[in-house]
Amino acid sequence: MPKDQGLMSWKELAPGMYILEPGNSAKFKTGDWRSHRPVLDKEKCIKCGQCYLLCPEPAYEPNEEGYYICNLYYCKGCGICAAICPKGAITMVLEEA
Amino acid sequence: MRPELAKFKPLSIKDLPKEDWIAPGHRACQGCGTVLPLKLALKVLGPNTIAVSATGCMEIISSPFPYTSWKVPWIHVAFENAASVASGIDAAIKALKRKGKLPKKEKINIVVFAGDGATFDIGLQFVSGALERGHNFIYICLDNEAYMNTGVQRSGGTPKFAHTTTSPAGKVIHGNITWKKNLDGIVIAHNIPYFATASPAFYMDYMNKVKKASLVEGPAFIHVYSPCPTGWGSKSEDTILISRLVVETRLFPLFEVIDGKYYILNRKVDKPKPVEEYLKLQRRYRHLTKEEIELIQQKANEEYERLVKLCEVFAPPKEGTKEETKET
Repeated sequence: MPKDQGLMSWKELAPGMYILEPGNSAKFKTGDWRSHRPVLDKEKCIKCGQCYLLCPEPAYEPNEEGYYICNLYYCKGCGICAAICPKGAITMVLEEA
Repeated sequence: MRPELAKFKPLSIKDLPKEDWIAPGHRACQGCGTVLPLKLALKVLGPNTIAVSATGCMEIISSPFPYTSWKVPWIHVAFENAASVASGIDAAIKALKRKGKLPKKEKINIVVFAGDGATFDIGLQFVSGALERGHNFIYICLDNEAYMNTGVQRSGGTPKFAHTTTSPAGKVIHGNITWKKNLDGIVIAHNIPYFATASPAFYMDYMNKVKKASLVEGPAFIHVYSPCPTGWGSKSEDTILISRLVVETRLFPLFEVIDGKYYILNRKVDKPKPVEEYLKLQRRYRHLTKEEIELIQQKANEEYERLVKLCEVFAPPKEGTKEETKET
């Protein structure tokens, strides 16, 4: 999980205002938009990968066991994964402060 | 049937590449149904792609300075001319190949992501020009049925009776007064090699359509239905449900048109669900009366039956392989 950089200062920008790194929005934390957090029940999961395909962020990533794990640094808590899971393995849990 | 489509083998969920070419950390709303088709399209097209964006949600959410979510080359010029920019890129690639600066056989996909405002209204003339000139590019229209980026103003793609901030629902006028513009008809009339409609709920169908669009020589157009929870007042988790219901209620049938003459219906809806089921999930339709719902139902059935007839009369010839849509 990358370190939250927040907003950059002008001193860190490249000369000519170029963006030198493709896909550098991966440093930007969108996880703090969330009010509900998806929780995976690995016993019910059949590793179909629908949550991974239909996540509007790409927040889901496969791990070495083949389960798809939500990266909470990016997850905005929309609940699509819980709604489409064919086995009901994902539940949305209220995020506690 | 075109030779490149006759030999086409549909992708299955197991052959999909692992990489995503749009990075997380973009600023789309929760449950955005517009960034989802964009992500899936880039997944199929791969790294050898040049993306062009028209002004709209997908441009602003992916590129707030100093961040970018694109991992493929990306260009944005102005609201109306995304199709012209893609034409220019195509011409440049042709010139570089002729001069030997690029390998002749290298396949570079040019893909345009434009919203409904940039396609139905502002960029229509430019889209028409690019389709007429026959440039080799893919145009993906992400249709969320209003100008969502600037705060839900009515566009040519807004359906009848939908509430937007410039067509508010009041006591006398109930939302938008015009029917949705028949963009599909306009695009098909250009006799382009490939046209398709798609919905992100049927994601394998959609990804196969993007793959086909990248295989054909010449312009390809994909009209993708993309729900917008913010503008439509729907729940963020219902994005996929709504894009499934819109197909199952016959409001947005999934079909393909090849060379402007062969019609293929991808999903036959013999037992449609009532449109009310789709409408009640969205706040933009909450003012509807029974007669208005009936009117929407009638129009949906009429359009669908017209399409079924077209698919019967203009079916592709038998010797080509028949495209089967994977059940999702």
